[in-house]
Formats: sequence, structure tokens, C-alpha cells
Amino acid sequence: MKHIISLLLENEAGALSRVAGLFSARGYNIESLTVAATEDATLSRMTIVTTGSDDVIEQITKQLNKLVDVVKVVDLSEGEHIERELMLVKVRAAGKDREEMKRMADIFRGRIIDVTDKTYTIELTGTGQKLDAFIEALEEGAVLETVRTGASGIGRGERILRV
Amino acid sequence: MELTGAEITMRCLADEGVEYLFGYPGGAVLHIYDELFKQDRVKHILVRHEQAAVHAADGYARTCQKPGVCLVTSGPGVTNAVTGIATAYMDSIPVVIVSGQVPTHAIGQDAFQEVDTVGITRPCVKHNFLVKDVKDLAATMKKAFYIATSGRPGPVLVDIPKDVTTARCEYVYPDKVELRSYSPVVKGHSGQIKKALGLLLEAKRPMIYTGGGIVLGEASAELTQLVRALGYPCTNTLMGLGGYPATDPQFMGMLGMHGTYEANMAMQHCDVLLAVGARFDDRVIGNPKHFFQEDRKIIHVDVDPSSISKRVKVDVPIVGDVKEVLSEMSRQYAAGGTKPDAAALKAWWTQIELWRARDCLKYDRASPIIKPQMVVQKLYEITKGEAFVTSDVGQHQMWAAQFYKFDKPRRWVNSGGLGTMGFGLPAAMGVYLAHPDSQVVCVTGEASIQMCIQELSTCKQYRMPIKIVNLNNRYMGMVRQWQEFFHGNRYAESYMDALPDFVKLAESYGHVGMRIEKPEDIEPALKEAFARKDQLVFMDFITDQTENVFPMVPGGKGLSEMILV
Ligand SMILES: Cc1cc2nc3c(=O)[nH]c(=O)nc-3n(C[C@H](O)[C@H](O)[C@H](O)COP(=O)(O)OP(=O)(O)OC[C@H]3O[C@@H](n4cnc5c(N)ncnc54)[C@H](O)[C@@H]3O)c2cc1C
Ligand SMILES: Cc1ncc(C[n+]2csc(CCOP(=O)(O)OP(=O)(O)O)c2C)c(N)n1
Ligand SMILES: [Mg+2]
Repeated sequence: MKHIISLLLENEAGALSRVAGLFSARGYNIESLTVAATEDATLSRMTIVTTGSDDVIEQITKQLNKLVDVVKVVDLSEGEHIERELMLVKVRAAGKDREEMKRMADIFRGRIIDVTDKTYTIELTGTGQKLDAFIEALEEGAVLETVRTGASGIGRGERILRV
Repeated sequence: MELTGAEITMRCLADEGVEYLFGYPGGAVLHIYDELFKQDRVKHILVRHEQAAVHAADGYARTCQKPGVCLVTSGPGVTNAVTGIATAYMDSIPVVIVSGQVPTHAIGQDAFQEVDTVGITRPCVKHNFLVKDVKDLAATMKKAFYIATSGRPGPVLVDIPKDVTTARCEYVYPDKVELRSYSPVVKGHSGQIKKALGLLLEAKRPMIYTGGGIVLGEASAELTQLVRALGYPCTNTLMGLGGYPATDPQFMGMLGMHGTYEANMAMQHCDVLLAVGARFDDRVIGNPKHFFQEDRKIIHVDVDPSSISKRVKVDVPIVGDVKEVLSEMSRQYAAGGTKPDAAALKAWWTQIELWRARDCLKYDRASPIIKPQMVVQKLYEITKGEAFVTSDVGQHQMWAAQFYKFDKPRRWVNSGGLGTMGFGLPAAMGVYLAHPDSQVVCVTGEASIQMCIQELSTCKQYRMPIKIVNLNNRYMGMVRQWQEFFHGNRYAESYMDALPDFVKLAESYGHVGMRIEKPEDIEPALKEAFARKDQLVFMDFITDQTENVFPMVPGGKGLSEMILV
């Protein structure tokens, strides 16, 4: 099953490689991994999307907790949470396709952020599933380039991850 | 007053109470060596290879309650040390490694003797640090010692660039550290302990299985008390030997791949299993699928949550320090009033005694060729079970584990997790320094001993009267055994031609060498060797080439599928 794991880690050189190294050394899957500083400059926040059986996910959280640079770990999938990912996608948009492409972007609440006479670059935010659905919905061959950030996650309501 | 980074490094070690520093100099650590030269609080032991520095520090740590410390230079100094670091890591041994690094401005430039030390060692340390600012040095050293020795112990490396060793700042060694991201759980959950005890007392066929955690956590007294109070059988892993007295009637011997028949059968057939400070290793339970029993309940006590339910699903997990948890369990047992089911326990012991009567460790005692088992048995008798025994990796290691009965913890020193050939001799050096008035023996094989043979020179320099028992079967016996059993007797490269004359070799290093070829000479040779109190004696026992280690659980099989003699 897919899980979204959120962690707070010390904002130290090498902390990222400890996490990434753990996943590769122990053969865990990483679907995506994002990391950036937080409002507290000494902490980074990381979101990892991974898949595995319950046993594997339990080991992943335990192993992450064991890393000395990791301050807190939470498996967001265990409760209500919000997941967002940003995608930039460059699509073919020439002639009669141009109008249709704009319509598709609107349906998915995407924004066209760059334009040439042959292409659009669309910015789209949502769950991974929604971004997948957008790509699916486009005609074959329409997509020229995609770039995705990987998911960021946060607990719903008053669930808070902080030190 | 401001001190240089090099001075600070030495001051930290001294203030941490470090007695011995095992090391080898080089460019990046020259300033540290210069400060070492000027002080007399920390004694330096000059090894002949950095791998040995770590093994020696490791052997020191395993036999006293203090961390081992080593100092190596950048580049090849570090890469040589990696095997030692990984060895300590796999067995959870507290070692602090200080390594030199190229100057901060040269990092990343492919500078002379530069390697990414933090990157190379990251997967085999509990934690590591690169100190880029001299102001962080003392605090980092303190953290390194704290992390290495607390919770589940392990090696911690501190990488110090050369310019940091010359930069200056005020020196303050912190009294203690607090890390928001690291706080090992010590006290076990008392509700869980109660639940565990309840299960244990309902058991019809109980079994207690303990490991290295008992040794590391100084809990053998607490374990012994509980096991005796309950009257249950107890087995130890290879790493846990000595955690429960081996001569006690409730002791079942080691379990696992080369464990006793009775321990493995009891492990397989018990209905309640209490596992303490042991990690259900593949060499211990074999294939988890075969180990699984529908009606068996498992209680697992470990300070590291990730050891629990890793390979085997557990019914009652208890995260905590063994000493705390076992004493709490004994307290609750004494207060509770419920006693084990006497009739069931009696029937269980009757079954166990039948298994024990199989006498799984028997061997041909009348053989005209020296049987390796007999050498270990005589060694045990002559040292009255009081020696510190280190070992290498192979058949000799298993025979040492099976035939030397350890009644006390921290007497048996071997590389279980990584299985590092070459560990035994340097580890014995560290053990000797920790216990200079005790007998220190290294039980080894002719292949393993050659992997760190250069340390005979270190032993000479520091007059370490270690006794080396070389079980020389002219084979990489453990490899040969697998080839015999599983590869149709095709002995691919497990035979070494051109072995050295170990007697002359020992002599050329300035030690005493002995070659023993007949069973009747075993005892006199050992006696003579131990009579030479101030000398290292290398005893080369020419043993039966074809002897195998039994019992054996073949890889991938279940515990009850042992090959027996
Ligand atoms: C050739 C060869 C053959 C082998 N054959 C066997 C065999 O037949 N039988 C066998 O048993 N092994 C065998 N081994 C060793 C095996 O590979 C493992 O190293 C060993 O079984 C692990 O022992 P352990 O489970 O006690 O764990 P250890 O590696 O000693 O780990 C200790 C556990 O205790 C925990 N712990 C540490 N401190 C504390 C504390 N204070 N409180 C609570 N918990 C703590 C740790 O978190 C860890 O989970 C063999 C090795 C070799 C090289
Ligand atoms: C550094 C290292 N290389 C290879 C191995 C694989 N290995 C395990 S046992 C063994 C043979 C050991 O031979 P010896 O020291 O003579 O011991 P014996 O089994 O004959 O008693 C080997 C090669 C290992 N454990 N460590
Ligand atoms: Mg051999």
C-alpha cells in the first residue's frame, strides 16, 4: 500500500543522504522524496511517498526514527491528511488543439504559465492521482515534457508535526 | 585560554577518561599526534594496520564497560578501518573513531588522501560527524561518546579536517549532552511487562532465548535471577554466551545454525518464548517461515524498536533496557504470587532431557589425530573457564563457542554479525589491555590468523602475552564444510597451499612458537604456554582436516531440520 511519511530532521549537511541511504541500503521503495527548510531554520521537513506491506512500513518508520538526525516521524496515511504535488507540463498546443488544451487545463484547474505559438506550459497542483489523471486525459503525443515535485503532505485539522 | 583543535581533541579524550587510543599516524592527523606526544593521560597503542586499531578498540569495549577509541588518518587510514567499523556496527559495540580529513578548503577537490569518509562509513556507523568548525569540536566529541554508549550501542566516527586541528578556540568539555532527535527508551512499559509475565506463567512449554543485549546491557545477574526463579530452560545466541552461566543445568547451550539439538528443538516446540536482547538473526532461527508456529506466543524485549517484529511477528513487544525490564519482571513475579504450572513444566523438562540425551556435541575422543573440539575442551579445563577468549571466523569459532563454557559475560569475544576473519588477534590485544592480569586466548584458524598476522608485531612492542590457539586444519574449514555438504565435495579454493611455518613466524616476531601434532601433547602444550606468563605463545595445533561442525541447520531450513553427527 502507498504511504506518505513526514519527517522533521536536523537541518544538517548529510541528513538527506542518511535518509536516502537508508532506503537504498534496506531495499525500501521511494516513489518520491521532497525536502526543504521550515520556519525553524534548524529543521527540515521531508515528505516521502513509499509503498510496502504493513510490516515493511513499520520497519521504515522505526528505522527512520533510529537515525540520529531524525527528530520526528509520522505516517500521515494513518490519519486524515492533505497531499499536494506540483507539476509543470509542457504540451503541444498548435492550431485546433490550442483551444482544447486550454479547456483541459481549466477542467483540472491548471494554469497556463508560459506560451509559445506551438506550446503551453501548464502548472497543476493536486494529489499525485489527479496529476496522473491529467496526463491520462491528454491525447497521446501531446505531452512534451513533465516535471513533478513529488508529494508534500500535512495532517488535516489540528494534527500538527512539530518539535 | 584558546587551544588548537588538535589540543582540544586530546583534551576531550583525556576528559572522557579514555585510557587507550589505538591508532596509526598520517598527514591529516599529524597535529593530533603532536599533541598526543606532549601529554601523558592517554596511552597510544601503535597497531600495524588500521583494521586492527578498530578491532582492538572493539575488543577493549566488549570486555570492559567502556567505549574503545581509535585514531586513523584520512584516505587509506579510513578505508582500512572500515572493516573494523562494520564489525563493531553489526555487533552493536561502542567504539569512537577519530579520523583525519583533508583541510576544509580542499574537501571535494580530489585532494591527496581524500575520501568521503562520512559517506563511506555512513551505512556502518551508528552516527558520524564532519567537524568543519573548531568551535563545534568539543561538543561533537561529547556527542560521539554519548551516542556510541547509550541505547543500542554502536560505532560513531568523528572526521576532523586538518585545518580544524590547527584552528583555535576556547576549550570547554560539556558535562552532558541532550539531543532532541535522540533519546533512547530505557524503562519498559510496565503494563506490557505484566502482560508478558502473565503469558510466561501460563506457559506449558516455556523457553527463554537471550542474546548480546544481555551482555551489552550488563543484565546477566537479572537474567539469571529470573530464569532460576521460574525454573525455565534458557539458551543464548553466539553473541549472548556468558549472559547466562553455561554450567547451570537450566542452560541449554547455544542455539541456531550450530546450536545444540536440545536448544533448537526447545526453541521450535515451545509455546511461549521470551526473547531478550536478541534479534532473531537468520543464523539463529533459520527460515522464519519454518520457524513460525501457530500456537506459539512471543515476547520480545529490546532497546531498539527496529529489532522487534523485524524478522518474526511478536505478540508482546517491550521496548526498554534489558536490565530495567528484567528486574521489573522479577519484581512483579515476586509480588504476584502466581507460580508456573509445575506439572506441565516437569513434562517439558522430561522432553528436554530426552533431546539432551542425544549428546549432539559428541566427537571421537579416541582419535589418533587431534580433534579440534578436544583442544578447546582442554583449554577450558586448564584455564578453569576463567579466560577471556577471542575468536576469528570459521569452524574453530563454532567449536570455541560450543566447547568453552562461559559462566560470565564479556569473556567471549567474537565477530558474530559481520563474521570478520582477522578479528581475533587484534581484539585480543584490546582485551589484554582491559584485563592485563587475566588469561587472554585467541582461538583461531590458519586462514583467519593470516588476515591480521602483522599484529604479532604490536603484541611484541607492548609485551602482550596473548595465547594463540591455532586450530590448523589446512583448510578454510567452514567453507570446505559447506562445499562438502552442498557443493558435491568440490573444494574450490578453500585449500591454502604454502602455509607458513607458524612456529618460525612467531619466533621471527620475537614470540614463542609451538607445533602440536598428537592428542596426548595438547594438555602439556597448553600448560607450558600458560606457564609462560610474560610471553605470547603461538600454539599451532595440527588438527583433523575433515572434521565438521555439528549440529548444523542448513541455510533456508527450519531449526528442527538439523544435520547431526
Ligand atoms: C560462522 C558463523 C556462524 C554463526 N552461527 C551462529 C549460531 O549457530 N547461533 C547463533 O546464535 N549465532 C550464530 N552466528 C552469529 C549470528 O550471525 C549473529 O551475529 C548473532 O546470532 C546475533 O546475536 P544476537 O541475536 O544476540 O544479537 P546481537 O547482534 O548481539 O544484538 C543485540 C540485540 O540486543 C539489543 N540490545 C543491545 N543492548 C541492549 C540493552 N541494553 N537492552 C535491551 N536490548 C539491547 C540490540 O538492540 C540488538 O537487537 C554465527 C556467526 C558466524 C560468523
Ligand atoms: C574477511 C573474510 N573473508 C571471507 C570470509 C568467508 N569465510 C568464512 S569462514 C572462512 C574460512 C576460515 O578458515 P580458517 O580461519 O582456517 O578457519 P576454519 O574454518 O578452518 O576453522 C571463510 C573464508 C570471512 N568470514 N571473512
Ligand atoms: Mg582452517
